[in-house]
Amino acid sequence: MTRTLEGHTVQRYNGELNNLHLRVLEMGGLVQDQLRHALLALNKKDVSVANTVLEREHTVDELELGIDDDVITVIAKRSPVAGDLRVIMSISKTIADLERIGDEAARIAHLAKGLYESEHSQPSNHLMRDVTTMGELALQMLQESLESFDSLNVDHARALVCRENELDIEFQSSLRRLATFLLEDARNVGHAIHIVLLTKAIERVGDHARNIAEYVIFMVRGEDVRHRLGSYCEASNTASDPVAPDEDRTH
Amino acid sequence: MEHVETQLPTPAFQPALLSGVEVDTPVQDSVRVPRSATVARDSRDTIGELRVEQPRIRCNDVNVYYGDKRAINSINLDIGRNEVIALIGPSGCGKSTFLRCLNRMNDTIDGCRVNGDIVLDGVNINNNRIDVVPLRAQVGMVFQKPNPFPKSIWENIAFGPRIHGLAQDKEELDDIVVTSLKRAGLWEEVHDRLDQPGTGLSGGQQQRLCIARTIAVGPEVILMDEPCSALDPIATAKIEDLIDELREQFTICIVTHSMQQAARVSQRTAYFHMGDLIEVGATDEVFTNPRHELTEDYITGRFG
Repeated sequence: MTRTLEGHTVQRYNGELNNLHLRVLEMGGLVQDQLRHALLALNKKDVSVANTVLEREHTVDELELGIDDDVITVIAKRSPVAGDLRVIMSISKTIADLERIGDEAARIAHLAKGLYESEHSQPSNHLMRDVTTMGELALQMLQESLESFDSLNVDHARALVCRENELDIEFQSSLRRLATFLLEDARNVGHAIHIVLLTKAIERVGDHARNIAEYVIFMVRGEDVRHRLGSYCEASNTASDPVAPDEDRTH
Repeated sequence: MEHVETQLPTPAFQPALLSGVEVDTPVQDSVRVPRSATVARDSRDTIGELRVEQPRIRCNDVNVYYGDKRAINSINLDIGRNEVIALIGPSGCGKSTFLRCLNRMNDTIDGCRVNGDIVLDGVNINNNRIDVVPLRAQVGMVFQKPNPFPKSIWENIAFGPRIHGLAQDKEELDDIVVTSLKRAGLWEEVHDRLDQPGTGLSGGQQQRLCIARTIAVGPEVILMDEPCSALDPIATAKIEDLIDELREQFTICIVTHSMQQAARVSQRTAYFHMGDLIEVGATDEVFTNPRHELTEDYITGRFG
């Protein structure tokens, strides 16, 4: 494990930070699984899978509450400063974003139920194509953000936040395509609304995943890159860091 | 409680009283490090903002030797006006030694040599021609253990102004005593027993008495060497509150082993390590994002 979490003279402190880190990864794994299943419910038109997602939603919430409790305990007991403080703050923010991704997964599951539970006609695969593509992109982004959190790897996090926001682009073009479908046949409107809600939920997942990657950069480097990604990414593209390459931060 | 603010006496000595000791050394500046980068453990260069505009004290290439042993190595540091600067670092890192340079307390230690420039208000005080008695009124000191004189509370405060000739008569002396006690936040607690011995006060009150005694001679700089380490949290909070108020009028330099205290009371923090000044910077930054790995290790509790 990295020096970011270890090396304290008080051994128990190392344990507490490592434990927090692991619990966030546990929560991340669960949230990822929730999203995967919610998308599966859509693809397979399987209402029972959607129900499973909705049933598990409270587990995500409980993990958030539990980790929050631990965060408060560590702050109270250890008065973290510097890197430790950044770890604690980043964890606290990361779980909020993870919980929101969990909410979006539940929303998707809910919408899947709405689409496939009823007697009404189901949207054509044509209409659903964007949802599937965007879902895969969102899962991929979440995976990458969790990996960068796991390894505390700034390079990976930077790659994620500085990459073109494909999900956003997909969302925009999906809206345009939906508009075309509606012009062709106004009876699609009910499905179109469902699909907008779905793609919006998926697009949000991408934003939360990017937030998590931003917290990783703050945690390891102390650089708050929120709301200034443009200048950050430009600077990090041109300047290689001569003083402390990332590898030096790890043992 | 009537609120009469008496004017404190003007400083016991003015820089003009000193025989002109010219200062003409180039000012050493720190190594510039980009915000996001960290400096590896083996580097001993000072990083951070060690110079300020219009410093109260400017130290240039200060070295201290105890016999053959060099205790602090080439320290360059400015101490600004109306700021609290915290000196932190593990035991034996030289922070107290450095603090004692600022009012020549190291003169009292056998075999201790100090070289380099320590410029207070434009005058190099690290010079044999300087009279240390008025210097120590100008740069007062509060110690780890409260050390009131075994005399009355009134006498404890009046002693300094009297020997420095700051008061013409008993009335003026009374004024100074009252004002100093008020400034130190002790007046309410002791105004009805000024004739009682200072040693009869609680630890926290004794420490505030010592601060009042320091203030009474009209210093510009107050040095504090772990002023709260012998006090309980309540007394500590009172002293910290007091430090924050005193900053308006004085420059305060505090050595502390409590990182939290440094973070709470100071505007700038300097981290010492084995005689080297490693990092200086705004306290907010040092405690959220230190740039030197040694600083990070120390304040987060990763020793050795």
